[in-house]
This record gives sequence, C-alpha cells and structure tokens, in this order.
Amino acid sequence: MSSEKVIRVLLAKPGLDGHDRGAKVVARALREAGMEVIYTGLHQTPEQIVEAAIQEDVDVVGLSILSGAHMALVPRVIELLKKEGADDLLVTVGGIIPEDDIPKLEAIGVKGVFGPGTSTVDIVKFIRENVSQRN
Amino acid sequence: MEDIVEKVLSGDRRAIARLITMVENGHPGVREIMRELYPRTGNAHVIGITGAPGSGKSSLVNKMTAEYRKRGKSVGVIAVDPTSPFTGGALLGDRIRMQSHATDKDVFIRSMGTRGSLGGLSRATSDAVTILDASGKDIIIVETVGAGQSEVDIVNASHTPIVVLVPGMGDEIQAIKAGILEIGSIFVVNKADREGVERVIVDLEMMLDLAGYGEDEWKPPIVTTIAVRNKGIKELVDKIAEHMEYLKTTGDFDKRVRDRVESELKDWIREEGVDIVVNRLKEAGEYDALIEKMVKKEIDPHTAAIDAIKRVREG
Repeated sequence: MSSEKVIRVLLAKPGLDGHDRGAKVVARALREAGMEVIYTGLHQTPEQIVEAAIQEDVDVVGLSILSGAHMALVPRVIELLKKEGADDLLVTVGGIIPEDDIPKLEAIGVKGVFGPGTSTVDIVKFIRENVSQRN
Repeated sequence: MEDIVEKVLSGDRRAIARLITMVENGHPGVREIMRELYPRTGNAHVIGITGAPGSGKSSLVNKMTAEYRKRGKSVGVIAVDPTSPFTGGALLGDRIRMQSHATDKDVFIRSMGTRGSLGGLSRATSDAVTILDASGKDIIIVETVGAGQSEVDIVNASHTPIVVLVPGMGDEIQAIKAGILEIGSIFVVNKADREGVERVIVDLEMMLDLAGYGEDEWKPPIVTTIAVRNKGIKELVDKIAEHMEYLKTTGDFDKRVRDRVESELKDWIREEGVDIVVNRLKEAGEYDALIEKMVKKEIDPHTAAIDAIKRVREG
C-alpha cells in the first residue's frame, strides 16, 4: 500500500458577511496546488467550523472575514479548537484585517494573516511550509 | 493502537476522523485497527446515493439526515467528490448543504476526494463505512457522482442503492449509457417542480417494465422529491425502510452481504497478490529483466505474469 499525505484544508466564512469571492479564489488555488479543500459556505458559527474541522480531520483551518468581526470570531474558533484538543491545527485568516489587529491574532495562535492583494502563490507556500512542521 | 479502537467503538469523533484519514493515506498501521473493528460491524443500514452533478444529491442527503434524526437514528455521511487528475487536489463542497447538522453529535459527515488510485477509492470508502458502522451509526449514507466504475461499485456495495435523476438534463439517456440505472433499488426524481418531470417518470417506468420484475421481486419504486423544500423526503425514507424490510424477509440481505464481502476479498487478493509476486521478482533481481524482455517482444505480458505466479507457487 502506498502511503501518501494529502494536505486537507477547511475554508470557512464565519459571521454575517456574504462575500465569498476571495474564499473561492483561494479554494481554487489550493486545489490547483494539490490540496483537498473542504468549503463550508457562508454564515458559519465558530461551533460549526470547529466541528467540521474535526470531522474532516483537516490540517488547516482558513477563515475568511470581511465584516470586521474578526476579533470576536477568531478567538472563539481558537478557544473551541483548544477545548477539542485540536489546537495543533494551522489557523490562518484572510480578508480585511487592520494592521493593529494582526499581532493580536498572532498572539492567540493564528499563524498567517492574508490581506487584500496577497498572492495565492504565497498562501500555498505558507501552508506547505507550516503544515509540514506539524507532521 | 488499542486506544484508537476503543475510542472509535465509543463514537469519539476525533478518533473516527483520524482513522478515516489513515485509511485514505494508506497508513501502515491501519490494517491492524480495521481487523479489530470488523467484527463489531453489521448494524448499520448503508444507503448509496448517486446521480449527475447538479441533481441535488447533497440537498437530498441533508434533508434525509434531518428526517432520520427526527426518527431518532444517528447518521454517518460519506460525500465523495472528484479529485483533479492533473493536480491531485479536490474541491469538496458537499458540506455546504449539510452544515446545519455540523454541531449535532449524532451526525458525522466526512468529505472524500476520489484520489484516483485504481480500486483505492472503493477500499477507502468501504473502510470508512466500516469505521462509521463500528462507531455505532444507525444509518450510513454514501454519496457519489457515480462517474466511473469504482464509484458505481461503491453505490452498488450499499444495502440500498438510490439513483437520483432530475427533469430536463437529458440524463435519462446519459444514465443508461453510464450503466447506473441497473443498480438502483430506489429511483428519486428530484427537483420535481421543474418542467419535464412526467417525461422522466414515464421513461423510468418503461425501463422498469422492460426489465420484467417478478411477482415477489423488489421492483424499484420511483419517488419524486423537491429536496430544498423538503417535499417527498418522508416518503423516500419510508421506501428505504421498506427496502430493508424486503431484503431481510427475503434473504436478499444475506446475498447482498455475501456478494459484497466476496468482491472485497477479490480486491484484496488482487492488491496483496500483486505485491507478493512483484516483490519476489524484485528480490530475485529478475523484475527489470522481465520488463525488458516484454519491451523486446521476447515474451508477452500474460505469459510473463503466469510464469511469475508459477515461480512464487513453487517457492
């Protein structure tokens, strides 16, 4: 039997904003890079996201937030992952995140914040480098 | 190792999820775990669902899951989506329609890419079914697009294979071409508020009449649904229960189980047998030379294979 690891990524849009263009572009890029992308769609609660991450046994959780509610939503996701003992997952955030908030997110365990204009090549590279550290 | 077995048997979601990943990745420790789990299976009703992209399978599975939960059943879902043969990546989007069940502890949903290796998909899904069965799920739904032989095999390996059609996609004929109509124990005509629904039903009825089912035989019923509006779901779930009743009372259940384990046995013999023969040839240092001989047309592949197997048998 051949043994090969495929990187699995959960992409989710927590909260109320309805703009998933960015998430879909990232989803495609990650698929093109040979990853399995589980997209959960819009309006997800942190509880739904964490449960999906566990059932899908993903390596990465990517949160796309454009509403400005990231300082409420992201800590909640991280807290729930910890509670489930799944805090070894790589958590990345994409969307509109003010400069000042980036260190705050990183302090609670987010490993990569991608703002507008980020190249998908960089995102792929970042995930590959940081996931391999986990395994 | 014992630990993960116990955890799966107790329904631990992380253990179930991790073990399915191990199965998908062909992790070396997995066979031992599966050996422990196998005797603890056989209690779930496994339902296979196939249909063209856009036929509303995910919405259907979502509403069926809700109906089963109302009836007090726990549910496992395996949603298979195609892997890109070019990049090896996959976009698994079936969960979008099922996320309302995400936080229900009695529902476990797993997305799987087809990943492309020959026969690997049927093995990975049948292992995933074994895992969910052992974890105590009452109902296991396997959903796939049904393109290609291994996906048809997966659905056919279920207790109750369901084929989903929709009006106006011209897929009555497409489905016959792909050979998936033969495997349906129940037919669902989804999106039944669309124009052309009678046409699909008439075509199906004609096909079923031609097949000539006997008096006591299960003649696949046709259920019309509008999944997004929750229409026809109760009827569908009732029919699925009726089908299981039929399987159990007629002994067809045992036959289906026998057929499935027989085909799994053959799959494994093929898989392991190839390894045994190839490894033996490689150990003897004859593998590359044999390939070279075939390239030069000094021996044909069939004769070469038979010779190789003979050599292994003689030790």
